[in-house]
Amino acid sequence: MYKYDEYDQQMVDTRVAEFRDQVRRRLAGDLTEDQFKPLRLQNGLYLQLHAYMLRVAVPYGTLNSAQMTLLGDIADKYDRGYGHFTTRQNIQYNWIKLEDTPDILAELAKVEMHAIQTSGNCIRNISSDQYAGAAAEEIVDPRPYAELLRQWSSFHPEFLVLPRKFKIAVIASETDRAAMRLHDIGIKMVKNDAGEIGAQFYAGGGMGRTPMIAPLIRDFVPLDQLITYAEACLRVYNRYGRRDNKYKARIKILVHELGRDEYVRQVEEEFAHLLTQPIEPPLAELERIKTHFTDPGFEAGASDDLDLTDPDFRLWVERNTHAHKQAGYVIATVSLKPVGGIPGDASADQIRLMAQLAKDYSFDELRVTHAQNIVFPHVKKADLYTVWQALDAAGLATANLDTVGDIIACPGLDYCALANARSIPVAQKISERFGSAERQAEIGELKLKISGCINACGHHHAGHIGILGVDKKGLENYQLLLGGSEGADTSLGQITGPGFTEDGVVDAIEKATEVYLANKQGEERFLDTYRRIGMAPFKEAIYG
Amino acid sequence: MKILTGNDLKTGAVIWWTGVSWSLDVNDSADVGDHGAALAAREEGARNVVGAYIVDGAKTEEGVRPAHIKERIRALGPTVRLDLTLKPSDPAAADWVI
Amino acid sequence: MVEVQFRFREDEAVNDPAVTVDAFAAQTNATAVRIEPGDDARDLLPHLDRLSLVEVSFPAWTDGRGYSSARILREAGYKGEMRAVGDLVIDMLHHLKRCGFDAFAPDKALNDQDARTAFDRWENVYQATAVDGRPAIWAKRHG
Ligand code: SF4
Repeated sequence: MYKYDEYDQQMVDTRVAEFRDQVRRRLAGDLTEDQFKPLRLQNGLYLQLHAYMLRVAVPYGTLNSAQMTLLGDIADKYDRGYGHFTTRQNIQYNWIKLEDTPDILAELAKVEMHAIQTSGNCIRNISSDQYAGAAAEEIVDPRPYAELLRQWSSFHPEFLVLPRKFKIAVIASETDRAAMRLHDIGIKMVKNDAGEIGAQFYAGGGMGRTPMIAPLIRDFVPLDQLITYAEACLRVYNRYGRRDNKYKARIKILVHELGRDEYVRQVEEEFAHLLTQPIEPPLAELERIKTHFTDPGFEAGASDDLDLTDPDFRLWVERNTHAHKQAGYVIATVSLKPVGGIPGDASADQIRLMAQLAKDYSFDELRVTHAQNIVFPHVKKADLYTVWQALDAAGLATANLDTVGDIIACPGLDYCALANARSIPVAQKISERFGSAERQAEIGELKLKISGCINACGHHHAGHIGILGVDKKGLENYQLLLGGSEGADTSLGQITGPGFTEDGVVDAIEKATEVYLANKQGEERFLDTYRRIGMAPFKEAIYG
Repeated sequence: MKILTGNDLKTGAVIWWTGVSWSLDVNDSADVGDHGAALAAREEGARNVVGAYIVDGAKTEEGVRPAHIKERIRALGPTVRLDLTLKPSDPAAADWVI
Repeated sequence: MVEVQFRFREDEAVNDPAVTVDAFAAQTNATAVRIEPGDDARDLLPHLDRLSLVEVSFPAWTDGRGYSSARILREAGYKGEMRAVGDLVIDMLHHLKRCGFDAFAPDKALNDQDARTAFDRWENVYQATAVDGRPAIWAKRHG
């Protein structure tokens, strides 16, 4: 894992001092709310429905147990005993006091954490594959590149007041677990014919009210030009992205309006110019960062045997673990989606327990996934049962990864000031309706995603089943979408038709799963069947 | 009635204008008539409140009921964590927001 | 005319009237130009030799196009005064300076002490902008 040097630490400490000063000026009346708001947002501090909300960055979703422990402690000390893991691989606290925020940031800085650029019209926290460095199929570990970009994008003077927020994802596997092409810039690390590693760039993806899948803009950027190319992409966007309409200000609209080819032409022109400027870090810097991401001390020849006699354990192993590149190890996912629970929420005690387990059994490392779960990236198979027992005792052993119960839900109208409808109660009802393990197993992989408004924080466009909360004459109403996907086969869901009440949408989903089961061929997932038979049979069952 | 609401600048707590000061309880809300905008500007200037705005509401037998569900959720707290709302011991509290 | 509150240059201040980017090409005796957010700073590249003052206007500080305009002109070798004018906020002064601004004329005078603190806030920086003469942290690491 990346470890700060004196410079990194100084940057974060300086930010704490700066924010402390901003809060002082706000409370003294030297800053109005209009002036303060963009500043606090660049530090992840929102004003939400019930209080201030603080979003803490978890760069590319990776953290160690000291950091995780502190996240639990902050929940107890400054919040109400819990935190919410988000689709941006970050954590949010819902009950923060403005006056406490500088102290919270100071505590975070002590364990090399921060809330820098977790909101606002700037380059946001960079997301990545939650299995990075552990998955069997990756080309390289994507995180050194993400870290290089993190440093470049932190306080980049030219790009702090962009037309709109800017999200970057970096992956290095064929299997896309980070919804890479639904980002403003998606980067996929690839190997060219000569066997060299480079970056493939996609630009102009995003969700929100106009969801778009990012087109490829460059097949191969050599590693010694990575920052320069990213800078060119950003400069063209900063100069020409629309600023007249907030809803048309994301880079996806620029790429769409210019056309992919024209955007590429402008970027290439800017890139050629920027290559003449001494702005690219030397490859030695990338090498330095890479030394932080070497394999932990895996035990050679660790046994691949697993005693699966306990049926509950067996189910969890089947559902919630993933092949590791090292023999004798697995990647284990802790589902934060208990039946009837709040997706992504974890209590302070649960957070600390996961920290402890990571320390004891996963080389001190955890990951946050964009599906709002927690990953232990390197668990020895011999320890897996012990880990599972500890999780089970804490209500953290729900075996439902990627099934209908593993719902992504944004905070919705229960917490979010922008929401049209509540998301969480819908998620709770669905997970209860499909609560039985047999039923979940029968339905298999089904990615269900709920957003409380068109901003799509719950990624509803990318759900095999998506739900969008809307306001219908002051009443909560839910639109249903089918056929979205965020993986290597990214697609956008289509709306089924008229919206539903909260109970109505749960019924409609049940009908959709029945259509799937009745039409499923062989090993087809819900999404495959939908793609083969189309919307019509689903529509008929739902509205017929 | 017209209700003036916002968040406490320092704590972020949801607050309602009572006619003389701010309260955490929506039922203390006063009808601000058409003085809302002026009051909001004054109170924001005094840094007692942030993001003040005016909402519609009605006086009912049970108390003051804001017209929109969003304000009712603000008045109560998150319906999925009743233990954290202003009515932690009322299991039916969430019904009020609908 | 707004006052220059902060200036980081040794030479005499230029106070020629600034003309628009459109007018500048035609007015061959003009030496000062004012760039609005929507202007293309590169239109000025053929005329850099007769420029001694560039004002970059910030009608709202949340519109960040002026940062690119300034840096582009500096990258092209412009050495004269680069003045940020308009809605400037204390917390962005440092970043403006990093993009090549060396004079600041805010609409409303800024608290002098807070502003000085802000200019000096960041002892180190992660990026090379190549126009502010500051080495990036990566350069120091591998110096
Ligand atoms: S999708 Fe809408 S309701 Fe949900 S968190 Fe995002 S902004 Fe809030």
